[in-house]
Formats: sequence, structure tokens, C-alpha cells
Amino acid sequence: MSQAIWNRRDWIKSAGALAAAGVAPLAQAQKPLSVGFVYVGPRDDYGYNQAQAENVALVKKMPGIKVVEEENVPETNAVQKSMQGMIAQDGATLLFPTSYGYFDPHTLAVAAKNSGVRFAHCGGLWTAGKHPTNTGSFFGYIDEGQYLNGVIAGHASKSKKIGFVAAKPIPQVLRNINAFTLGARSVDPTITCTVIFTGDWSMPVKEAEATNSLADQGIDVFTMHVDGPKVIVETAAKRGKLVCGYHASQAKLAPQAYLTGAEWNWLTAYKQIIDAAQTGKPHPNFVRGGLKEGFVKSSPYGAMVSEGARKNADTIRARMVAGSFDIFAGELKDNTGKVVVAKGKAFKQTDIELEGMNYLVEGVVGKV
Amino acid sequence: MSAAPRSWHAPAEALLLPAGALTAALLLFGLFVWFGGHSPVAVWLLLFQGAFGDAFSWQNSLQRAAPLMLTALAVALPARAGLTLIGGEGALVLGALGCAGLPYLFPGLAGTAGSVAVLAAGALLGAAWVALAGALRQWRGVNETISSLLLGYIAIALFKHWVEGPMRDPASLNKPSTLPLADSLRIGPISPEGVLGDVHWGLVIGLLLCLAAGLWLSFTASGFALRVVGGNARTARLVGLPTDRLVLLACALGGAGAGLAGALEVAAVHFAANASVIAGLGYTGILVSFVARHNPWAIPPVALLFGGFAAAGSLLQRRLGLPDASVLVLQGFAFVFILAAEALRGRLFQLPMPALAKLRLVAVQGRPA
Amino acid sequence: MTLDMVQDLLLAILGGAVRVGTPFLFVSLGECLTEKSGRINLGLEGVLVFSAMAGFGGAYLSGSPWLGVLLAGCSGAALALLHGLLCSLNRVSDIATGIALMLLGAGLAFYLGKPLIQPQAPQIPSIALGAWSASPGVQSALAINALFPVGVALAALLAWGLAHTRWGLVVRMAGDSSDAAKALGYSVNGVRIAATTAGGFIAGLGGASLSLYYPGSWNEGLSSGQGLIAVALVIFARWSPWRCLGAALLFGGAGAIGPALQSVGISGGYYLFNAVPYALTLAILVATCSTRRAVKGAPMELGVLK
Repeated sequence: MSQAIWNRRDWIKSAGALAAAGVAPLAQAQKPLSVGFVYVGPRDDYGYNQAQAENVALVKKMPGIKVVEEENVPETNAVQKSMQGMIAQDGATLLFPTSYGYFDPHTLAVAAKNSGVRFAHCGGLWTAGKHPTNTGSFFGYIDEGQYLNGVIAGHASKSKKIGFVAAKPIPQVLRNINAFTLGARSVDPTITCTVIFTGDWSMPVKEAEATNSLADQGIDVFTMHVDGPKVIVETAAKRGKLVCGYHASQAKLAPQAYLTGAEWNWLTAYKQIIDAAQTGKPHPNFVRGGLKEGFVKSSPYGAMVSEGARKNADTIRARMVAGSFDIFAGELKDNTGKVVVAKGKAFKQTDIELEGMNYLVEGVVGKV
Repeated sequence: MSAAPRSWHAPAEALLLPAGALTAALLLFGLFVWFGGHSPVAVWLLLFQGAFGDAFSWQNSLQRAAPLMLTALAVALPARAGLTLIGGEGALVLGALGCAGLPYLFPGLAGTAGSVAVLAAGALLGAAWVALAGALRQWRGVNETISSLLLGYIAIALFKHWVEGPMRDPASLNKPSTLPLADSLRIGPISPEGVLGDVHWGLVIGLLLCLAAGLWLSFTASGFALRVVGGNARTARLVGLPTDRLVLLACALGGAGAGLAGALEVAAVHFAANASVIAGLGYTGILVSFVARHNPWAIPPVALLFGGFAAAGSLLQRRLGLPDASVLVLQGFAFVFILAAEALRGRLFQLPMPALAKLRLVAVQGRPA
Repeated sequence: MTLDMVQDLLLAILGGAVRVGTPFLFVSLGECLTEKSGRINLGLEGVLVFSAMAGFGGAYLSGSPWLGVLLAGCSGAALALLHGLLCSLNRVSDIATGIALMLLGAGLAFYLGKPLIQPQAPQIPSIALGAWSASPGVQSALAINALFPVGVALAALLAWGLAHTRWGLVVRMAGDSSDAAKALGYSVNGVRIAATTAGGFIAGLGGASLSLYYPGSWNEGLSSGQGLIAVALVIFARWSPWRCLGAALLFGGAGAIGPALQSVGISGGYYLFNAVPYALTLAILVATCSTRRAVKGAPMELGVLK
């Protein structure tokens, strides 16, 4: 009898423990994870911010997530206040400051004061030991997409002159210019790429002027690295030229001129980071990826892209996905004649030297 | 009831007119968002909550008000001399450049003396820039509003050229900046652990300078002379006041304020000069100064109010999905109403008069007027 | 620089002159009319942005670019009417009201224009004056905005109207001597309000040119002080509509120098080149203004020049 009672107590205890264990994660999952996103510009700019916002819209559909967003937040104290407000007033425990300029000192300052909140910064260079562990950065190797843009452009260009409208000569932009040029020259080594820097991330009149100037020079395929490519795409299309998109798909704006595009697929990165937050795993500090990991993607080919061009690009894409293709492989000279990548050396996408790029490769007309 | 002005009319007007104008602006803003499908009451409540609702909001508002006090001085002081100068943004960015740039020339700067030096450098550059606009007006007759705006754009271009070119920190890869300011030169928060949070000493500097400006204008001979120049330039010249010098002095002092705001942005917020410094603080300062009727005593509370509006803008975005430009619209309404209210100055308490006078006339004469 | 490069540069400047200069033309013509009546409207910067947004919205919603142009003009007129009414109140300064309008116009434009950033609107057609040439550069430089001839016609109309019609005389009287106008029985305020509103309508057409032709899109960074430069242009042009046309073309060309130089390979200091229009305006103002004598041609009642 005593044994039966003991067994029953035991059974009840273990049943109770099991039930508690079963309910606990359920209870944890009941409370939604409050996630905040901060954009530096308008969400519908057909460019950088829209790429983020489109993927955030997909995040909103994920179960157990509550999203707060704020747009047009300048890279000043204001973003600190926005993030602090999301934490204090909206109960956010995971924040995504999405503009490069938000990292230092703003994200770091807010992170220092809120050690229980996770910060995932887009584009920043998180360094172990230098930056707190509740911060982290994620970014994609979109130069892979620009390389493929270049391949398609190389096939499509009749004048053998392609153009790039860029904002500022910073490493991320230079990397894109170089990848675009290398991609085109892999099809035809005589192709040149002329670059114009407008000076800032969003200057519609300057961007239109730059596009027109380049078109006057005989350039017939364009791409860009500015926050909102809409003006450049439309201006190029008006001049009867072809264009490769960037950030998000601008195909709807000029379907007869849009060849392909290099787009962000931020959802992959978001999911990794949100997953870690939801399941209590440590905050991923350095998240990077390219085509292979699904961080970036290419827009579908436009109708005017030739069969040969598609095959060429797809072959290279397959090699990138397999990890057997290096864009920056030597011998590579810059446009002043200096050797920047020695013969036999090849930089992997994750190599830190690429993040400090300060040259334009041979074939680019322009100065850093 | 007579129409003669009473002694309490003027101070009462000074309070009622701006208060009435701001109330009207808030009401119109409520109507505006109501047409957009949002509840005006929700908007007003959020405005209050975001600006002054809790400790965090107060910190937010104070933080935003600090530079506004200084950039408003850049408009107020020249305005008292009769000029309408709106180039504070240009003076601010050059002040930021000066602050970040002085350590390039004197790498040994350190400590409190060093902090004072970099702030002074910023103030000096700002003063020179605004004084230039004043000089162009006095000696070449160029309209100072247009010239100060053009100088502002030119200053921003110069700033970008130097920061991304000769003065660029090679380690600042994807966000071109000058070399970061040495730790000992930086300006820290007033009381980090206390209720003020991360509000930095710039707030105190702004308050003190507004106070000093008000004292100078009201109680010193040169301040009085400046007000005469601003009130009636011809009389001032008749009386023999050195008009040109006074105008330049006002411009220089105002520009120093804006330059100091820029220097503080570098020394206390960003710790280096880069494009983030160009954030429209100069333009909001114009608004603050006009609402305060160019009176340095009134600038701090008005700056706090507009800092509060800006702080609440975040909350409006997150809770109601209103575009960030809603704060701009509110500010625009406030400005328009403040200006319209000026027309009532001196006549606010006489408004009922015409109707009552007519009634009395009818009563006395026994027939309609 | 080779001859080819010089030729390319000149072509780019010519093309830019018309492309970029069209908004300058309309705004300066509108401001010219306003200032001739004795009022200065600095708020045209806000009017430019607001009417650009309204024009874009109108064209997008109605499907016709010309309806958009009309809406742009009307919204410019409405904002300028506000300016006129405010300034006619006692003790309200023209300049301060202009600044207020700059802020309000921009704020309203950004607020109401949020849903317009993404969509595309039907564009104003372009007239291919360069079809005779085989060179794409010449063709594009001479493909002008259909509104540009309208602007030229307006300049002609204004120039003739101000000098030869009764209405022009009334406007000029209000600007040169308000006493004379009052003596003749015209309400000075009324004339100024009408002139300001008409000026706002014309400036609104410039806004339509920005958002419906070049760059042809609505965006919050659309204008960067063009309205202000246009006001300064009027002083430079000595209040003559024909000279406004010339000045607008000059400044349009100046704005195109930066990108044109980069496209032929000269790329240093592009920020400084971007600042050329502003510096040029300032230099011209410094050169032409003087304290001793009133600027020749200035309406006497204009409080701008002491």
C-alpha cells in the first residue's frame, strides 16, 4: 500500500513536472516578441529602405512577433531617442537600426544602456572585443548580384560603354562598381564603365543630370548605388537605354528597359536573428551571406535578355552558390595601373580587406 | 469703456497672442489629421505624452531643445538689429567643422581647456560666416535673407568637401568623418545617473547664453543701442550710433551661437564631424526665434516646446502611423498663426470696441449710424 | 581637355540649361510679377515643392499630365494667396511670412505626398527639336520640355503686358508708388494680392515641370533651394521678364556643370561644383547691388533694398 501511494505521488509529481515543462515554452511563446525597425528614409523609395520594409512586411506575418517601425529618422541623436522610445514605450527587446550611419556612436550608446535588449545593425562592422555582445551586424554580399548585373550588361551593351551612378566613394559602393565592371569585362574586356558620384544618397535632380550626362556620352546600360533608384531607372528608360536595378526590383517602373537587378533578401538575415531571440539562443554578432546563403537575390531577367546572356549568368551564379567563384581574384589592376590584387591571390567574400576597398579597377572611368 | 490702452495690455498680449496662436495651430492640426482619418484627440494626447509625458519624454525634449536655443539666438540677435538672417544652418556646420578641425592643427589639445578651445573655434567660424552676410548687407546692400541662405548652402558644400576629402579619417570607411575627438575633449552628460539621463552640458550653455543675451539687450548701453538700430535705422544714424559696427556685432554674436551649436553637436553627440551634423537644426531655430518674437528670455521655453513637438513626432509615427512630416506641418501652422497674431498686437483689447461703439451710438442718437 | 571633351561639355551645359532651367524660369517669372507689385514672396520654395507634389498627384490620379499641370498651378496660386492675405495684415513682415510659407509648403507637400513616392505619373511630353541631328547628345540636349515654350511665351506676355496694358500699369504703380495707385482709386493691397496669387500660379507650373518632366518623379529631395535661387535671379535680372529667361538658362547650365565634368572624366571636387549655382548667385548679387543708389529698375515699394 505504501509503495502504491509512493508511486502515485511520484507519478503525480512527474506528471506535474511534465505538464509544467510542457506549458512553460507555450507560455513563453504566448508573449509576442516586440521588434523595432528604424529606417533612414521613406519606406517606399523603390530602393534601400523599401527593400528593408518589404522584408519587414513578411516578418510581420511571422507568428509571435509584434513589429514597430519608424522611418525618416536621421543619423543623429534622434535615432538614439527613437530606439530608446521603442524600448521604453513599446517594449521592444530586439531592434534593427537599418542605416549604416546608425552604428557608431548611436547604436553603441543605446546598447550600453540596455544590456537586456538585442541590436542588429545593418552594414556595420561588429568587432569582437570592441563592441558589446548585445549588438551585432548583418549584411549581404550584394556585389555578387552586381557582378551578375555586369555580365548581363556586358552582353546587352552595343556601344561597349556602361555607366554607374553612385552616391559616395565609400568601400561598399566601390565594391559594387568594381564588381559590375568586372562582370561586364568578363564578357568583353574592352568594355569601360563610367562612374559619376552625386555626393549624397538621395539627390533626384543630380541623379537625373548624371544619367543624362552619361547617356550623352554614349553609355547604353546603367546601374546605380543610391538610396532611391527610381529617378535613374526612369530617366535612363526615357533616353531609350537599358538599366540593371539595385536594392529592390524596379522592373515595374520600366519593364522594357529593365534587364535584371541585384536585390536584397533581408528576410533570411532577419529570420536568423529573430529566431535566436525567440528561442533564447545567443545574439548572432556577425551575420553575412551572399547568393549562396540567400541573403541577396537577382531580379528575374527581362524579356530582352538574350539566351546566351542568361546561360552565361546562370553558370556563374551556380558557381557562386557552390562557393567556387571569387570576384576579386588576381591579377587585378586598378584604373591608375597599380596592382591591387596580386597574381594567384583570390579574396573570399568574407575577407576583411574587401571591406576597406579604396580603388576602382581597370576599365572604370572615374576617380575615387 | 474707453479704447485707450491700459498698462496691463502689453504684457497680457505678449502672453495671450502666442498662446492663442499655438492653440489655433494645434486645433487646425487636429482638423488636418481628422481629414486623414485619425482621431484629433488621440493626436493631441500623443503630442503631450511624447513631449512631456514621462521622464524619457522630458529627456528627449530637453535634448532636442538644447541646440535649438543656440540656433534661435543666431536669428534673434540680428533680428533685434533689424536684419532677417536665416543662415544658421551654414554657421552650424562650419562650427562643427571648426570644432573637429582644431585638433588637426593643434594635436596636443586636451582637458577642459582643450574643450573650451574647440568650442571657441566652432563659435568663431560661425560668427565669421554670419558676420559676412551682415557685412554684405551693410557695405553692398545685398538682401541679408537671400545672402544668408545662399551662404548656408555654400557652407554645407564646403563642409562636405573637406570632411570627405582632406580632413577625412581613413578609418571611417563607409561613413566619411573627421578624426574622432579625443576623449578628454568630449563633453559629457550633466548627470548620467540622475533623472536628466543623457542630456549634455550643451543645454546649460544654451540657457546661460540666452540669459546673457537677454541681459545684454535689456540692461547694457550697447544692447540698447542695438535695439535702437533695429527699431529705426535712420534715427540711429542721426543720433550718431555706429550702425555698421553694431549690426556686425549682432551678426557675429548670433553666428557664434549657431557655430557653438555645431561645435556642441560634435563634442557632445557625434564626437566627429560628418554628414549627420546637417540635420536642419538651423532651420528649426528660425521658427523658434520668430515664435519667441526674437526675445532671448522667451527662447528657452519656446525651444523646449518645439523640442517637445519633435520628440512627439516619433511617437506619432509609431502609434498612429502618421508620416514624419506631420511635425513639419504642425510647425508650419504654428509659424503662420504666430505671424497672423502679430497683426492683433496693440489691438487685442480693442476688438470688441467697434461693435460696442456702434451700439452706444445707436442708443444715444436713437437711430442707426 | 580635348576638343571632343569641350564639345561634349558644352552640349551637356546647353541641354542642362533648358532641362534644369525650366523650373527656374517659371519661379522667377512668378516672383518677377509679385515683386513688380511691391511684394516679395520668399515662400516660392515651399510653393515649388507643394505644387510639384500636387501636380504629380493630379497627373497620377487623373491619368493626364496636363490636368496635373493645372492642379500644380492652382495649388501654387492657393499657397501664394495665403501669403498675400497674411502680408496684407498690419505689421506682418513679407520676409517672415515667406519663411513661414517655405516651411508650411514643404511640410504639407511631404505629408500629403507620402503615398506618391512610389507610383509613376504620366509625364509631360517632350518636343524633339533636335531630330535633325544624328548625334544622340544633340538630340537629347534639344529635346525640350513642352512647358518650356509656354514659359517663353509667358515671359513675352509679361514683358509686353507690364509695359503696354492698363493692368500692367496698375501693377507697376502698386509697386513703384502706392500713393499714386491709391489716388487713382485702386486698392494697393488688392492689386498685390492678385499679383502674388498669379505669381504663385506661374511658379506652380515650374513645380509641375520638376515632378512631371525632369526628374519626373515625386521625392522629398526634389528641390534644393531652387525656389530661393529663383528669387535671387529676379534681382539679378533687374525685374525684366526677358532677362529672367536668360538668367534661368544660365543657372540651369551652371547646375549641369558638375555631372557633365564627371562624365568626361574630370571628377575632383564635385561638391564644389554642385555649389556653383549658389556661389554664382551670391557673386552676382554682390556685384550688382549697392547701398548708395537704388538698384536700377527696382520697384520703389519693395522693402528688399534699402
